[in-house]
Amino acid sequence: MTETPFSVIGRRLPRLDAVDQTTGRIRYADDLTLPGMLVGRQLASTHAHALITSIDTSRAEALEGVRAVLTGADLPITYGILPISQDENVFAVDRVRYVGEPVAGVAAVDRETAERALDLIDVQYEPLDEVVTLDQAFDDDRPLIHGEGFGKNVHRSAALEFGDVEEGFASADHIREDIFSFGGTTHAALETHAALASYGTDGRLTLRSSTQIPHYLHRALEKVLEMPPERIRVIATPVGGGFGGKTDPFSHEIAAAKLSMVTGQPVKITLTREEVFYTHRGRHPVLMWLKTGFRSDGRITALHFTTFLDGGAYGSYGIATLYYTGALQTSTYRIPNYRFEGVRVFTNKPPCGAKRGNGTPQPRFALECHLDKAAHDLGIDPVAIRLRNVVKPFSMTVNHLRITSCALTECIERVIEASGFSGKYGQLPEGRGVGFAIGAYMSGAGLPIYWNDMPQSEVEVTVDDSGHVTVRSMATDIGQGSTSMLGGIVAECLGLEPDDLTMVTADTDLTPIDLGSYSSRVTFMAGNAALEAGVRVRSRVVAAVADELGVNPGDLVARGGRIELADEPGSGTTWSEAVRCTVAATGRPLIESGSYRPPELAGPYRGSGVGISPAYSYSACVVEIDCDRDTGMVKVEQVWLAHDVGKALNPMLVEGQIEGGVYMGLSEALFEEHAFRGGLHRGPSLLDYKMPTTLEMPPVECIIVESDDPEGPFGAKEVGQGPLLPVIPAVANAIHDALGVRIDETPFTPDKIVAGLVDLSRGGTGRVGPKAVPDFKFPPLTRVEPPEGFDAR
Amino acid sequence: MTERAVTIPINGEGRQLLIPENRTLLEVLREDLEMTGTKHGCDLGECGACTVLLDGLPVLSCLVLAREVDGRSVTTVEGLAGDAGPDELQTAFAELGAAQCGYCTPGMLLSARALLDENPAPTTGEVREALAGNLCRCTGYVKIIDAVRLAASRSPE
Repeated sequence: MTETPFSVIGRRLPRLDAVDQTTGRIRYADDLTLPGMLVGRQLASTHAHALITSIDTSRAEALEGVRAVLTGADLPITYGILPISQDENVFAVDRVRYVGEPVAGVAAVDRETAERALDLIDVQYEPLDEVVTLDQAFDDDRPLIHGEGFGKNVHRSAALEFGDVEEGFASADHIREDIFSFGGTTHAALETHAALASYGTDGRLTLRSSTQIPHYLHRALEKVLEMPPERIRVIATPVGGGFGGKTDPFSHEIAAAKLSMVTGQPVKITLTREEVFYTHRGRHPVLMWLKTGFRSDGRITALHFTTFLDGGAYGSYGIATLYYTGALQTSTYRIPNYRFEGVRVFTNKPPCGAKRGNGTPQPRFALECHLDKAAHDLGIDPVAIRLRNVVKPFSMTVNHLRITSCALTECIERVIEASGFSGKYGQLPEGRGVGFAIGAYMSGAGLPIYWNDMPQSEVEVTVDDSGHVTVRSMATDIGQGSTSMLGGIVAECLGLEPDDLTMVTADTDLTPIDLGSYSSRVTFMAGNAALEAGVRVRSRVVAAVADELGVNPGDLVARGGRIELADEPGSGTTWSEAVRCTVAATGRPLIESGSYRPPELAGPYRGSGVGISPAYSYSACVVEIDCDRDTGMVKVEQVWLAHDVGKALNPMLVEGQIEGGVYMGLSEALFEEHAFRGGLHRGPSLLDYKMPTTLEMPPVECIIVESDDPEGPFGAKEVGQGPLLPVIPAVANAIHDALGVRIDETPFTPDKIVAGLVDLSRGGTGRVGPKAVPDFKFPPLTRVEPPEGFDAR
Repeated sequence: MTERAVTIPINGEGRQLLIPENRTLLEVLREDLEMTGTKHGCDLGECGACTVLLDGLPVLSCLVLAREVDGRSVTTVEGLAGDAGPDELQTAFAELGAAQCGYCTPGMLLSARALLDENPAPTTGEVREALAGNLCRCTGYVKIIDAVRLAASRSPE
């Protein structure tokens, strides 16, 4: 064991809620009940695209035990997670846009009565032509999903150029073009969404919900219910799996609130598993075309990347996702000239949104497979071509991303060594193969979702006269361990153990702001706020004790429950004595706060708010597979993943995130398909929606790399999303190494692999994937000068 | 709906209930007895979150009618710990970080308990086999499998 200056940071500590989790005492949203609670249910649209010509709720209202029935007319104000996409209603108004869209809601004394009431609501529809595929969305003769009349269902498009791409291609020795497709996937967290609303006689609303974003949900409630924010309290309950699936304000949350206001009784709505599939907000299906210029030694001279996103029926995070499909290609590779064109369309399917990696796994899959192919073209090793292009630490990218700490090269070298890649690649027996890929992700979005100048995270530390410490933060634990992370940081500052502390989290009445658990922002941002608050408390206590003892404050440390002289363990005073001394000396309570606001990072162009982050994590991955030639079945033998997390605050939790990211990457590579037949979901159940069980999950070797980020709390960066990114292309590259086929479309199911083998046997290339992209006219390019000092050579 | 009187020993304590014929064991546990440690993830027998032990064997409580378990013993996560303290599995799951969001954990613990009762020293393959009906979306199962093995190694036998 290496010497560490820390007592808590870097230790493999159990989560603070581990005992509650393993004894069944932890209470998720659906575990909660209140006296007099009603059950809420929602009626789902049976049409993918239709006008609502009438809704008759009279028979439902007359049913004994029904307390309220609501329809779109009762909640006419629109909402949405992004200020620029306020396009949703709690219940459809005049028109439904996907099968499963909520049309009405009821509150009744029990579930059976509520469900019977739904059956008694008479909705008359006038079907419209469905818009389901990309081609249909670009068809001028299909009805507009948002708006009147006919035309292309384009939600938003973007076209940016950094540097001079044509010049870059002109100076290339080799140019390669490819087309890839990434299929839609969903989060499928084990906990279905649930919300419990309670409207009191004092005119105050409390909503307990399995949400990752209590603050944004609070704002949506304020808007749609037209209530002053101070009369609304949102409590995020422990979230039984998020992955981005609980980062939108949802119909059922606002519906539960309104039903409680109407009835004067608490109302709980718990989604069924089928409803969760319709609620969705999962990974966007993306079709991609890309073209890269290379020097003969593999150096990239220019990249042109084009994306077509199938967004589903509503905006959700879509505009951000669109820009994310173009933002982070430059975060791993030095690309001197870069053009991004992208378009997101509306279709009559459940809305896509943010899933782990929001908008970045799709282009990462394309780019990493494309580079593998280019390496073959150029006769270069796939590892060497990456090493030749990796970004340098503390540099700017052509699209104005500020790179700080970056141990990408070390990640690559260590994963290659641990996996024995070089001795296996191209050398394993037929059917066996290894694949390699890399990735990078943000440690939090540099800008909040709605424009404001305030900190993104604040933490308050209160110490009572006995020395007991309470930490308050709105950071929301979705299983990633954010509460334990915050407790660890404050405990480290104060020389205490994390389980000495009381943690109060994710409650808009009781805790200061944190914007939510999305974009891998919590460790970096709330962690920094906790560090600042902890240091401030310690400074006050140390100053008071130094004064009392007549020593220099610089000689004192907080350690092992004492404030003592650094070189004299056991000297000084106990923590509780020190706290009493501090409060007595200053005459005011021992309460301090800290906050975090990212530096100003946005570049000089529209869209530059997406992709900027105070720090980036880096990953490198090797996957080894065994593939059956006859059936096309892929068995993953092992995965090695090296991740630059800056500093592992708790290595056990960091490994957990890496293992979980590897799992979800393998799942999306080989199993998951959020697929539709027309506007109908092909299988909204956990049996039909395939995902790995214990039998399919291979061993994972985690390699934690620490680059000690200068701005991260104790040097830490993110780990929740980054490790997923390289896994998917590494599987694709391994399939190529094993069988010589190229599956350029996720998931890599046996039928596609067999099709590739058949093509190979007939003298083809063995490629399976999309062959063309829609003929869409992107807007004129916005040309952006590279940042000052950018080295274009 | 006709109701039926049943007596179900749950975690060693006989519970007398009057239940509709169509009520599932999961509904009885979570809604009638407010024992919410047992989770629901699909209500269709797909995910394993609602796993409990019935006469020592794992069952999906969302698929079991409560009327069928009259007189049979049920063990839930609330009953795993004994007088001597937590089950080795509970300790190992907490210690190794085998729970992330924790939602699949009660079902995992009970499937694992049934395995160790029958096979106190399972191989990794046997652990994988025994837990294959319990889905987890957070952990990739890595630390769950490690925790079951650790608990087995610490068990008295």
